Amino acid sequence: MASKTKTASRGYALYLIPGVIASLAVIVVPLVMTVYVSFTKWTGVGSPRWVGFDNYTRLFQDTLFWQSFGHIGLLILAMAVIPTLVGLFLAAVLFDYVAKNFGDRWAGALRSGYYLPQVLPVAVTGIVWGWILHPDYGALNRIFESIGLGGLTRNWLGDPDYALYSVMAVMIWFQLGYPIVMFMSGLSRVDPELYEAADLDGASWWQRFRKITVYMIRPEFYVVMITTTIAALKIFGQVFVLTRGGPSNSTLVPSYFAYKNFFEKAQVGYGSAISTVLTVLIIVLAFVFLRLQHRAEESK
Amino acid sequence: MPSPKAARHRNPVKFGVLAALVVLLLLMVGPLLVVAINAVKSPADYAGSGPLSIPTHLYWDGIVDFWNRVNFGQKLWNSFITSLTVAVLGVLLSILNAYALGIGRVKGRVWFLVFFLVANLLPQEVLVYPLYYIGKEIGLYDNLISIIIIFTVIQSAFGTYLLTSVYSEFPRELLEAASIDGAGKWRTLWRVVVPVSRPTLAVLFTFFFIWTWNEFFLPLIFLISNDNQTVPVALGVLQGDRMMDATTTSASALIGILPAMLFFLLFQRTLTRGIAAGAIK
Repeated sequence: MASKTKTASRGYALYLIPGVIASLAVIVVPLVMTVYVSFTKWTGVGSPRWVGFDNYTRLFQDTLFWQSFGHIGLLILAMAVIPTLVGLFLAAVLFDYVAKNFGDRWAGALRSGYYLPQVLPVAVTGIVWGWILHPDYGALNRIFESIGLGGLTRNWLGDPDYALYSVMAVMIWFQLGYPIVMFMSGLSRVDPELYEAADLDGASWWQRFRKITVYMIRPEFYVVMITTTIAALKIFGQVFVLTRGGPSNSTLVPSYFAYKNFFEKAQVGYGSAISTVLTVLIIVLAFVFLRLQHRAEESK
Repeated sequence: MPSPKAARHRNPVKFGVLAALVVLLLLMVGPLLVVAINAVKSPADYAGSGPLSIPTHLYWDGIVDFWNRVNFGQKLWNSFITSLTVAVLGVLLSILNAYALGIGRVKGRVWFLVFFLVANLLPQEVLVYPLYYIGKEIGLYDNLISIIIIFTVIQSAFGTYLLTSVYSEFPRELLEAASIDGAGKWRTLWRVVVPVSRPTLAVLFTFFFIWTWNEFFLPLIFLISNDNQTVPVALGVLQGDRMMDATTTSASALIGILPAMLFFLLFQRTLTRGIAAGAIK
């Protein structure tokens, strides 16, 4: 019997062969190569020269590297924290207030509208906002002028004092729909009797929000926090299209920093060290989140 | 659906809440509407009456000029064929992996799942240079095939992760019935497992198609010649040369938005279902 199950399982293992070969070629080998190259000096032609930890010591002394990670901190605020908190509140209002008072149709239409920015290619998001925020012909400055608020006009993306905040505002706009959709789908699992019982007990809307809504959608909450935080760490497209990391590096992010070293400066070893650090950070963070989620599930 | 509370809550607060939500909706959709009305406005009209006015007449020259200038039809075709191939191959690869891991429960399945999860989380920056180097060595650089291979693997990493959890709860009776009927593993996969899991596969297909369509980083690096660029790359690179005026820029943004909107409308149901499936995995 035991040998029979073993052969059965071996039969299934054949089905993994294409996936394993493809993953080796596209994921494992490149990953190992990048980690190796991060210990070398290499321009991309000729053979790499082993330099040990030089790239890493240089990296930790590089103010640009720390700056780019500082920017990521603010982008996590804009892409993960704010959308999750606002999305949690909006999802509860749509599910528990709008759907009940105005019908599911209203709640569904509002949800789809809020989600719309998420379906656009990131490059297109960049073009839309690049135009709206353009200092000369952009829509935002033209609107301010036409309503007599000419004093508010700015070079939104071209001024180092405002560029990062402008990118953050665009990212909040871009991300908000995702938690709303996730949380509303989580709320559809909640037994309506819970809300009715709370109503009978005379609970206020705020009390029900805290005690029922927030409690019930913890699984979705963790998924949203993991995925949005990692998205913030990986951000590239919008920064490339909106600001190319500028002006004077005020919107530089790690992925764009690595890209510049790879393809503009031909410092492949240094670029590899940046992307290796970013990768380690993402995997550690994902691991921490998964542990937290696991612990939360066990305590239920 | 009349609810007992509806009558009780007939007060201005109720409509205040709705009004606030509609204002927020306008803020979210507003930028896209502004793009749409200015894409069909003549430059003179824009200069005269600004971005918020309704166009005095429909002006298509901006869109037509831009379309011809970047040979947009070719870009659309490149994006379409790449996304479609990746979606089909990615779903197939996910099925094979998940069949072994979810139904076959092969040894070390947890480690395989961890591997596929990590492969999905990796930033593309850590893969890009070796892929670029290898691509050049084997003559696949600046070729759509390179992008198709890479994204098939990256997307199927997510697909394997999701589909395995679906397949590990696959009804055992169906598998046993198939084996009593004398079906081997290969037949069981295509005659029983795949048909039964078709809704999940449709969700994966939709996700893979849209994700690949929207990809920017790797296509930017791999597809450098004009004839091979995808829609996001063509638009993103053009944004760099600031030679365009307001109406041309919004025209270019609009033709980038339209295909995405079309997929959104076509796939809306599948997407919402898929997001729900993603949450409970």
